Amino acid sequence: MMSSEFFGNWFLPGIWITVQVTLYSAALAFVIAFPIGVLRTSRLWIVRFLAGAYFEIFRSTSSLVFMFWIAFTVPPLFNISFQPMFAGVLALGITYGAYASEIVRGALAAVPAAQREAGIALNFTPMQRLRRIELPQAWPEMIPPFNNLLIELLKGTSLVSLIAVADMTFAGDLLRLVKNESAPIYTLLLVLYFVLAFVLTRGMRLLERHAKKRVGQTPEKTSLFGGLRSKSSIDVVVSAPGGTK
Amino acid sequence: MNWNWDHVDEFMPLFWDGVELTLKALLFGSLIAFSLGLVWAVAQRSEKKWIRWPVTVVTEFIRNTPLLVQLFFLFYVVPEWGPSMSPLTTGIVGLGLHYSTYTSEVYRAGIEGVPAGQWEAATALSLSKRRTWTSVVLPQAVRRVIPALGNYVIVMLKESPQMAAIGALDMLGQAQNYSQTTFTFEAISVVGVAFIVIAYPASLLLRVLERRLVR
Repeated sequence: MMSSEFFGNWFLPGIWITVQVTLYSAALAFVIAFPIGVLRTSRLWIVRFLAGAYFEIFRSTSSLVFMFWIAFTVPPLFNISFQPMFAGVLALGITYGAYASEIVRGALAAVPAAQREAGIALNFTPMQRLRRIELPQAWPEMIPPFNNLLIELLKGTSLVSLIAVADMTFAGDLLRLVKNESAPIYTLLLVLYFVLAFVLTRGMRLLERHAKKRVGQTPEKTSLFGGLRSKSSIDVVVSAPGGTK
Repeated sequence: MNWNWDHVDEFMPLFWDGVELTLKALLFGSLIAFSLGLVWAVAQRSEKKWIRWPVTVVTEFIRNTPLLVQLFFLFYVVPEWGPSMSPLTTGIVGLGLHYSTYTSEVYRAGIEGVPAGQWEAATALSLSKRRTWTSVVLPQAVRRVIPALGNYVIVMLKESPQMAAIGALDMLGQAQNYSQTTFTFEAISVVGVAFIVIAYPASLLLRVLERRLVR
């Protein structure tokens, strides 16, 4: 079995790095997603085209290949250097930002057209309409797919171990080499990811209820296991954002 | 450092080996994902609790843990108890098993989309449970979910480079090897572009398919 020394030296810091990478890349994805998502609803075709190209390019590449590309191709090509964790966060943030932008776009499109027209009638500027009318209504629609995306992202962070970021997968792999033992290590890893994902889902569920109450929608009843990621996968959500009822 | 096309030329034979392995993994992996996913979906609708519960727990567990760690688990842990598998076989089993839990959700949505009247009609004709599933429900459900299943082939294509971590030399694995032995970076860029070249037309094709089949 694993000794406590190894656990303290590698596993615990690894868990913390996994959490950090998840939070940083989620924050980056979030920051990217809103402008891109809004620009994809623009009336100017060139703006729509460019924002759409961003989405299509990063949806069509493998995030692992992109991560390797940033970590190993960008530094020699441009004569710069950065920490592997920076490369990992950048790759994950940019990739998942593309997926998240589709969620933003879908949710904005689901706001009834009359709401936008009402904003025009009140002589709101486009920015005011977005901030005061469209986003507050679209927001609760975005939370469930964001939740799914966050789980995908959490699992995606295991890839950073392959560019030598000492996250928990890396710690596990290292332990296998050092201790020449794999069953307890990988089993523990799988359980840890599941627990992290589960905690994340529960937290987001609370946020969702809160947001829906604020705009006067009735929150759905949830059970412990029943509703867990029932609408699974980014791609199903991406292709069919739920409309407001 | 500058871009050097000679490295690209040198890498191409290795690249095609990688493409072959990627396609193999994709073909067999999606066969597993499609068939096993259907099994999960039908089992989760079972009336018997002892079938429904374990299947729910297992699929949720697989869905909420990373493919990479699952590949490590299959490659390093499973041989301790049973027969060891080659990296490619492990990759195929891993991809298939992981995405079967996703496709099962797709099938579930498809099955729920079959109008209730169809179930009632089957009952009215006193069809057996098996006939109801095989002749009435599944043919209608599967047709509607084909585009969504196709989507997962693309997702699997993009996730397949993770097999390189257990030594199955797909496109990325070949590029990684080449780059490490020659200290160059062109190979990874070629692979990155290859993914766009394959995945983007594929997703356009799916959109057409969706318009044909779903409406």
